[in-house]
Amino acid sequence: MAERQYPIRLTVNGTEREAQVEARLLLSDFIRHRLGLTGTHVGCEHGVCGACTILHDGVPARACLLFAVQTHGHSIETVESLGTPEHLHPLQEAFRACHGLQCGYCTPGILMTMKAFLEQHPDPDEAAIRKALSGNLCRCTGYQNIVAAVARAAAVAREGA
Amino acid sequence: MSTRAFGASLPRREDARLLTGQATFVDDIDLPGCLHAAVLRSPFAHARIRSIDTTAALAREGVVAIYAAADLGAVCCPGPLAVPPPPIEGALFHQRTQSPLARDKVRYAGEPVAFVVAESRYVAEDALEDIVVDWEPLPVSADLQAAARPDAPRVHEDLPDNIAARVRQVKGDYALAVRGAAHVIRRRFTYDHGCSSPIETRGVVAQWDARADRLTVWDTTQAPVFIRNGLAASLGLGERQVRVVAPFIGGGFGPKIMMFYPEEILVPWAAMQLGRPVKWIEDRAEHFVATTHERGQIHEAEIALGADGRILGVRDEFLHDTGAYDPYGLTVPINSQCTLLGPYAIPHYDSTFCAVFTHKPIVTPYRGAGRQHGVFVIERLLDIAARELSIDCAEIRRRNFIPPDAFPWDNALIYQDFTRLTYDSGQYAKVLDQLLERIGYTDFIAQEQPRLRAQGRHVGIGLVCYVEGTGIGPYEGAKLQVQANGRVSLVTGIGTQGQGHYTSFAQIAADHLGVDIADIDVITGDTDQFYWGAGTFASRGAVVAGNAIDQAARQVRAKALRLAAEIFECAEGDLVLEGGRVAIAGLPSKSLGLGELAQRANPMRGAVAAGTEPGLESTSYFGPPSGSTANGAHAMVIEVDPRTMNVRILRYVVVHDCGVVINPMIVEGQVRGGVAQGIGNAFFEQLVFDSEGQLLNASLADYLLPSSMDVPSIELGHVETPSPLNPLGIKGVGEAGAIPVGPLFAQAIEDALQLPKRGVELLEIPLSPSRVWELARSATG
Ligand code: FES
Ligand code: FES
Repeated sequence: MAERQYPIRLTVNGTEREAQVEARLLLSDFIRHRLGLTGTHVGCEHGVCGACTILHDGVPARACLLFAVQTHGHSIETVESLGTPEHLHPLQEAFRACHGLQCGYCTPGILMTMKAFLEQHPDPDEAAIRKALSGNLCRCTGYQNIVAAVARAAAVAREGA
Repeated sequence: MSTRAFGASLPRREDARLLTGQATFVDDIDLPGCLHAAVLRSPFAHARIRSIDTTAALAREGVVAIYAAADLGAVCCPGPLAVPPPPIEGALFHQRTQSPLARDKVRYAGEPVAFVVAESRYVAEDALEDIVVDWEPLPVSADLQAAARPDAPRVHEDLPDNIAARVRQVKGDYALAVRGAAHVIRRRFTYDHGCSSPIETRGVVAQWDARADRLTVWDTTQAPVFIRNGLAASLGLGERQVRVVAPFIGGGFGPKIMMFYPEEILVPWAAMQLGRPVKWIEDRAEHFVATTHERGQIHEAEIALGADGRILGVRDEFLHDTGAYDPYGLTVPINSQCTLLGPYAIPHYDSTFCAVFTHKPIVTPYRGAGRQHGVFVIERLLDIAARELSIDCAEIRRRNFIPPDAFPWDNALIYQDFTRLTYDSGQYAKVLDQLLERIGYTDFIAQEQPRLRAQGRHVGIGLVCYVEGTGIGPYEGAKLQVQANGRVSLVTGIGTQGQGHYTSFAQIAADHLGVDIADIDVITGDTDQFYWGAGTFASRGAVVAGNAIDQAARQVRAKALRLAAEIFECAEGDLVLEGGRVAIAGLPSKSLGLGELAQRANPMRGAVAAGTEPGLESTSYFGPPSGSTANGAHAMVIEVDPRTMNVRILRYVVVHDCGVVINPMIVEGQVRGGVAQGIGNAFFEQLVFDSEGQLLNASLADYLLPSSMDVPSIELGHVETPSPLNPLGIKGVGEAGAIPVGPLFAQAIEDALQLPKRGVELLEIPLSPSRVWELARSATG
């Protein structure tokens, strides 16, 4: 028996989208395989690694812990909403300058988490950045350069403000 | 060129794509009509399969096919041996590799039993639940030591016991060392299982093109060429019919090179059977059992010393847990055996290991690849010796260093690359001196520590030294080609998993060709682009492929200059190559771009002169005679909370020597990332099995990876001793950070809590707070 489909309507990176989805379809699968936004990565599907972090109504959320149907009437933002390879977002630019990524698999989730964090905390110290980062696992970098990148992005934003 | 690319901390070229979500990872491959696979895995560590009933599963809507071992035909045979055992006299080795699906019996919990292909991943997983297997559970050998006993339940019943391998390597005569020794120390050391846990799990996508008779496979592998060759062999295809692509890989660290995982055969095979693309992506729970592990060893080691603390000899016997199969040969225990010698002049060494089959997931190299264990044993023995002989920890190491003028240093053992373990170069005392200076060793011990102790604080210091055999053969190749548009393409056969090859490889070529690294397109991990190669492992990518790139770039440069000299009718010596153009020195108006030269090198009329080749390109191979030996020293200052045994790292300093450096920023990143993994490994990463061989903590909520709160900022220092074994003088660095962290933790915690005074020594890894608490309590209680 085919699974029942439910209509949903949501805003994805500023654009209205409509879809028919199974109730059990994970938001992470919906974003990646239905919307084709493969920048959102999946590392654990049990809410620990943070690779799948997106913004749900502006707040960081784990796409692997939400069903697509739960976003009906809401808005989500993925890493694709930041910059493009030609025009990086200042946060992305800081990650490149500070070597804040190696394999880059954890990076989209970290960028989305840090984007929301910096909006709330424009002038964070190292301890605050480390704490905000602690829900995102990175197996490659040892975090030091990520922390430096976030601090740099904050400084750049403050200078620009 | 005004500024050299080689040696500069240039930002990485691959980052823009990675940062914007535009880089393609295996699960991002989206093919029309793609089917999705899921694997039924054994719930038992040891059981007979009486029957498998797939009727209900097949009846489920959306299920396309289900395969058990009997359905696979000739494909279901034991996989190849990735690395044969080195030619060591008297070595015993039983090769037992895994079949894609278990036929009659399973040997670890997680072993693949059936393969479901369906219209969606969700349906494929539903169908797993519908499959009924009639199991007959059998007795289990889960514990390493118990499994080694002759009467233990056997993993492979055709063998007399669970001994997979036994290898003895001897240098000098240890009995002689003991006879002359003032002091002999004997201890038992244990190191438990962990796993590499890249944030991206494994995955395979395969597409069979019946019209072209070609198979394309996207695979999270560190060794695409080996996979291509192996797939061709097992699927009855020619190698030219198979293309393996390793796109962006979300971290490898060793296990992504295991060759062959069952899914690497099953997915392509099913795609050929069904005539539709098939995708399989491992989930995290599977990853804990389906991707290889490392680390389980037990050592009984003895060191003989003179009264002055000089090492006269070491004897070591150890058990190595190889899991249920041994597809990677002896690489891990050989590394342990060889790396134990460290940077020290040890005249007599007698080392024997037994690799033991257990009913646990397979063990293959994970970052460090057995080197950790050897370093742990020798460094801990030296700490104990220092204490018993009342010599300072740094001093006892210094006294035993191989002096800088003693290279090449022959250790008289056979290494994992089959060559005699010979160190090429190193300045060990210089590295240690810089380390002591940076961490303020003397000051800490004389003033800081007593002052803090007086305040009731439990602070301790540790320092360890290590060597790392890197950059082993057999070879890698590179092809450089100037395209008509003037851009340079640089292709190698290895895969890349975050090491920055897109940047560092371009840096090697850029200066020779007088171009910016932005003008070089680096292509890796696609067997259609480059036919030959071994892979990215053993800290070898930069060393081996790097030197091939250097040679190829020199040749392309020579070709460009020769051609331009002909065109301009001048001497090659009058030409300069910069800014992507060849010009007559002092006459910038007389110049040709590399792209124009490339076009001229491929004429439509006339003849290409005998002995020359068309195009501005070159393919080069490099194979080092033996591996180059990097080295380093780590130190840290910690504070332990004596109630919780929680460890806070106050300072962490690394001084390392990996020869000539291509991109310091990337090298530093590799070291820091390695230390982070070492911290996880030393401190809390432990795969916990029960006596039935069940893994008890198969989730990232239970198997803890270090977070940003656990890994401190790491201060780095460099010493540069070029390797004489390759023209660029580089040594590998990929594993250096991870190797020595275990003994460092043990030493620093002992010091902080003054455990030896209470009769407690830390001789095991990992040392979680709860384990330290238990050990410390056992002494006082
Ligand atoms: S994939 Fe969602 S938290 Fe790991
Ligand atoms: S960069 Fe590889 S996991 Fe973070």
